[in-house]
Order: sequence, then structure tokens, then C-alpha cells
Amino acid sequence: MAFESLASKLQETFKKLKGKGKLTEKDVKAAMREVKLALLEADVNFKVVKDFINTISEKAVGSEVLESLTPGQHVIKIVNEELTQLMGSAQSKIVFASKPPTVLMLVGLQGAGKTTTCGKLGSALRKTGKKPLLVAGDIYRAAAIKQLQVVGNQLDIPVFTMGDKKNPVDIAKAGIQYAESNGHDLVIIDTAGRLHVNEELMQELKDIKQAVKPTEILLVVDAMTGQDAVNVAENFNEKLGIDGVILTKFDGDTRGGAALSVRAVTGKPIKFVGMGEKLSDLEPFYPDRIASRILGMGDVLSLIDKAQQAFDQKKSLELEKKIRSQQFTFDDFLDQLEQMKNMGPLNQVLEMIPGMNQKMLKDVDIDDKQLAHVEAIIKSMTKKERENPSVINSSRKRRIAKGSGTSVQDVNNLLKQFEQMRKMMKQLSNPKKLKKGKMKFPFFG
Amino acid sequence: MSQEKKKGFFARLKEGLSKTRNSITEKVDEVLKTFKKVDEELFEELEEVLITADVGVQTSMEIIERLRKATKEQKISDSSDVKELLKQIIRDMLELEDNTLKIEGHPAVIMVIGVNGVGKTTSIAKIAYKLKNEGKKVLLAAADTFRAAAIDQLEIWGDRIGVDVIKHQEGADPAAVVYDAIQAAKSRRMDVVICDTAGRLHTKKNLMEELRKVFKVIDRELPDSSREVLLVLDATTGQNAVNQAKLFNEAAEVTGIVLTKLDGTAKGGIIIAIKSEQNIPVKLIGVGEKMDDLQEFDSKEFVDALFAE
Repeated sequence: MAFESLASKLQETFKKLKGKGKLTEKDVKAAMREVKLALLEADVNFKVVKDFINTISEKAVGSEVLESLTPGQHVIKIVNEELTQLMGSAQSKIVFASKPPTVLMLVGLQGAGKTTTCGKLGSALRKTGKKPLLVAGDIYRAAAIKQLQVVGNQLDIPVFTMGDKKNPVDIAKAGIQYAESNGHDLVIIDTAGRLHVNEELMQELKDIKQAVKPTEILLVVDAMTGQDAVNVAENFNEKLGIDGVILTKFDGDTRGGAALSVRAVTGKPIKFVGMGEKLSDLEPFYPDRIASRILGMGDVLSLIDKAQQAFDQKKSLELEKKIRSQQFTFDDFLDQLEQMKNMGPLNQVLEMIPGMNQKMLKDVDIDDKQLAHVEAIIKSMTKKERENPSVINSSRKRRIAKGSGTSVQDVNNLLKQFEQMRKMMKQLSNPKKLKKGKMKFPFFG
Repeated sequence: MSQEKKKGFFARLKEGLSKTRNSITEKVDEVLKTFKKVDEELFEELEEVLITADVGVQTSMEIIERLRKATKEQKISDSSDVKELLKQIIRDMLELEDNTLKIEGHPAVIMVIGVNGVGKTTSIAKIAYKLKNEGKKVLLAAADTFRAAAIDQLEIWGDRIGVDVIKHQEGADPAAVVYDAIQAAKSRRMDVVICDTAGRLHTKKNLMEELRKVFKVIDRELPDSSREVLLVLDATTGQNAVNQAKLFNEAAEVTGIVLTKLDGTAKGGIIIAIKSEQNIPVKLIGVGEKMDDLQEFDSKEFVDALFAE
């Protein structure tokens, strides 16, 4: 089930609206239905969606459509602004205790990823100069303590445990004492997964909180959670008072509407996101970036920004000219690769390119290691070859392959791909052609 | 004795689903009370109720469309009759031919797959316990060689239920573990091998490839045995569960779904979407933490419990 992006749906809704200066109530109502569906498909809680739609409807009716935007883009702009405001615009960090040790307590449902996150968080905060200790407070799940020990071992972070026969409250207390006497200024307490409706186990968490007065209680939430995210977050927050949220398994293809739900009902910031299997895969959460993901529309948002700001016209004109005339060279490509490398994993970056939807990317298998090969190949080319790849004959190919430690086949592949990319870019730059072509391209149709 | 057991089963299912039931039934009743007449507004409100149960926008609209048609055809004008009709429609959608686990051949194989943290290992323990009680000889294969202490977790469960576990080291090739387990099961004349696998997000291509490799081993070693591929889904999962079902099905030909964690407030409505879009039946549901809290899924009971007064 591939979702059409909100952008193209709105485009459809507003087809008849071309050239209108203001959004009428009727226009907005039609658009809001699409926005509502997009949010619901992204698993944002129904109540949250309703409130949200009411707020933006008020803002949208009667507002002036900016000159450079279509009505569809204009609505998205409003939606995005509101979403970003709701999520909080600044990145939220862990607040450390003024008197060490800082005690962080991780809580959540079963299977949210608390134990793994304990390790990831310890490792991330160690980089800021902290000396972490992990405390194994999950005495219920089979092998949970062992899991934390293995994780700690892999990261070379000590783990405090008293086995599974002692009370978690006592374990937490003893863990902090151990930290104090052994010079750890950061304690991360793992707790057992529990249902938010399980009074007995919720009481246990309250008791731990009472006993150790944690600096922060962090709720670990699976990013794939559906409508129930609201109940979970509300319950944990009411009974325990959480200070922040860590969203896990965000590296899949979930739109992550749970993020919005949790934020809306608790008002508490999302501090980190788990982005992969490796223990280093924990990233700070940037609230301003979630909107486009929830709305499922790539980085159309920043495109809209650009439409408003008419940013660095000269540079973009230059690139556009290059693309149009097929003068896009390997040097330009290398430039872009460099920039992309700073942005994150390649498949995620690709998704940000408008027009590159999930469907198109489905068959594209991207490995970040390939990127390094590509770079090596290009760097083994002469200046002339980079500017004009057509001069690359078989002896040149052999030289390039040798120089880059790859094979002629690899070089051939890259050349072929580069040619395809040029063609694609040319196509992208020519909207008229596009309409008839296979590629769907929101906003420029 | 057996009657008491039966009662216990139904009571527990109801208990497990009570949260679900209450919220859904309350909401439906609330809606039906407010709207005496069957009109557009009523349909819209009912659609909302379904969406809140994670049924998903598309499937909810489909259900309501059917409801709309049916009320017209049957000329229903009283909103109180609508609920029965709605139940019937959902029941029809969930109707399945056969949802018992297939255990044929020597040994039969049950593969358990799913994303991280859905409850694969616990479900395996519960399935093993269930089959053992039915008189089957069960062997477990610890083929989650990736997650820290996953092997230990399965071993602890194996000890508790008295079932042997075949294991390698952490980081070993899962296909090799499965191979060894099959050989062991053959020589020990086991009825069924249940394979644990590492949790993997359905979007990770190389991990999905790894699954295919395990299947190749099973194909080669046990061409005549029945094979269940059970996808474990967390009932709290939202619309992403549909993607999970789709991609896992592409990689592994899923034969059934195990829906876990139905004892919270999550409604598990996503299974309706999965059934309607992927046609994968739910075979088992987990409604609690106890060993025997894994039940065979019964669409009639499920919907009845969901809408029970």
C-alpha cells in the first residue's frame, strides 16, 4: 500500500484553484480532509489530529496565498509551521544534575527497546565526557540482565547488577551508591517493560522514583506505535511524571505519527531517536525535521522555503543551466556527494529529494559503502575525464579501476549510472516532458 | 475439568480484551445514542471509532462503505441495528478457512519472524508450551544470534518448559543453527522445530536476505515437511504493521500472524487491515503474560469480545 504523498493529493484538490489569491473556507475544508487523512495514516492519534486541524483551519481561511506558492503549497506551509510549533522548535537535551551523579531512568512498554537504548544512551553521553554506569533493574524478563551486561561489555561501560532475586528499588538505590563511590557521574537505570495499565508494576516504578529521585525519567516509545501511543504516554506521564521521550526503531519506514501524539498529550520533548541496530545508532531528535516525515512528503517543505526566499539565485541558476544543457560533470557530482555525506545515510537523503518517493526508491538498493567506491572512482579520474566522461575509453577505464582499487565493471557501472542520472536530471528540469513521462513529480505538474 | 478450562479460556480472552472491548463498545454505543437516525454524520462518527482502533483510514472507509450499502439494502433506519451489522461486516472480513498450526512431516518447522521487540521469543515459548501439552516433541532453534543475550533468553524459556534448545555462539550464522537443529530433530525424532530469529526491520534488505538463506536450508533439508512462517505483530503497532506484513510476506511467504500484547489498551484493529489487504490470517493472539495466554484466534470470538455488552 503505497501512500500518495500529501503534496500530490493537495495538488489534486487545488487543481481548480489556480490563480486564486485567497483561500476560502471551502478550499480549506477540502484541503483539511487531505491533511487529516495524511496525519491519520501516519498514526497520529485521532484526537490530536482533530485539535490540530481546527487550529490550522482557523489560520488558513482567508490567508493570502504567497505569490510564489500554489494554494497546495501554501496549505502545506501552514501545516508545517503549526506542526513544527507543536513539536517545539529547539532540540532538547538531557539536563544533568548540578550535584552528580545524574540519574536517568528508562521506562516503557515491553519491547520498546529500553535495554538497547540504555547502552546507546550511555555511549552517546560518554562522548560528552560523562562516566556512565548502567543499572540492571529488569528482574522479570528472561535474560534481560544478561542482555544489559553484554551491551555494557560491547561498549566497555560497567553494569551494576544484583541478580534477579532482589527488589528493583533496592537495586536502583545500591546502583547509585556504587556509582557515587566509584566515580560515575551518570547512572542509567534499565527497568522492566510493563503495561501502563498494570497498577502493580506502575507502583514499582513510582517506588523507584521515590527512592532514587532520578534527574530525568525518559519514556522509551516504539516509533511504530499506533493510536494507543496517546494512552501509553498519558498514563506514564500521569503516574510517573516523565521528563522526555526517546523514540526507537525510527530507521524503518514508519511515518512516526506517534511522535506527534506523544508530544501533544504530554508536552514533553523527544530527546533522542534510535536509528539502527548498532549501539552507536542513537541520534538527537530535531523536532523541525519530523513534519515532512509525518506528512510523507520528502523535503518539499524546504523547497517551499526556497520558493519564499529565492535563495542564492545565482548558484541555483548555474546548476539548473548545467542540468539543462547536460553539462553536469563528475566534479559537480563529487561536490554533491561531499554535501550528501554530511547529511546522513544516503537512502534517507535520497528520500528528501522531491519526486523521489518510496515507490521509486523501492528498487534502488543503496549502501553507504558504495558511496566510498564511487568517490574513489571519480577521484581516480583526470580533470578532463571528470568534465567530459565520453573520453573515457577502455584503457582509461583500466587505469581508473586500478587507481581506485575497483574493477572495470565498477567503473562501467558508474559511468552508466551517471549517464542515467544526467538524463533523469534533464527530465526533471523539463516539467512539460515530465507530465507525459513515467515519473510523477508533485508540485511541478 | 475440561469445561472449567474452556471457561477459563473464554474468561481470559474476554479479560484480555476487556480494555479493547470497553473502549470500542463504549464509543460505538455513545455514537449510536447520540445519533438516533442513520445518516452521514453517524457513518462519519463510526469511521472515527474504527480509525481510533488502528483499523486504518483506508480499511475503515471500506468497512463504512459496506455498512452504508448494507443499511440501504436492508432499509435500516434505526441506529441500534447498525451495530449488529457493523459486527457482521468485520466478522466477514476476518473470516478465514483454517487457522490451526500445520504440523506435518518429521520434523515440521515453525519459523517465527518479526521486527524488534514484538515478542518473538516469548511467543515461541508459549507455542512450544502449547504443542508440548498437546503431546508433541518440540525442539527450539536459537537462530537469533544477533541480539545480546537472545540465546540465553530462549534457553531460560526452554528450561522452564522442559524443551531442548539448539544453539551456537552469538554472532553465528543463523542458517547454520537452523541446519543443526533440523539434524538434531531428525535424529531425536522430534515432531516440530521452532526457530527463533533476530528481530529485523522489514526495510533492511540484507537482513531480509538472511531470512531467505535460512529458508533455503529448510527447503533443502526438509522438502516434505510442513512449514509455518509466523509473523509476530505487536498489537500496539499502527499502520506500519501493514508494511511489515507486506514486506515480510514478500521475503518469507508468511502463513499466519501472531498478534501479541493484546492485554493492554491497544485495540489491534490493524489485523483487519492486514487481512483485507494482504490476506494473511491471524492464527494466534497473546492476551497476557502467563504461559497459556497464547490463544488460537477465532474471528467470531474476537469480534464478539470486541463488541460485547
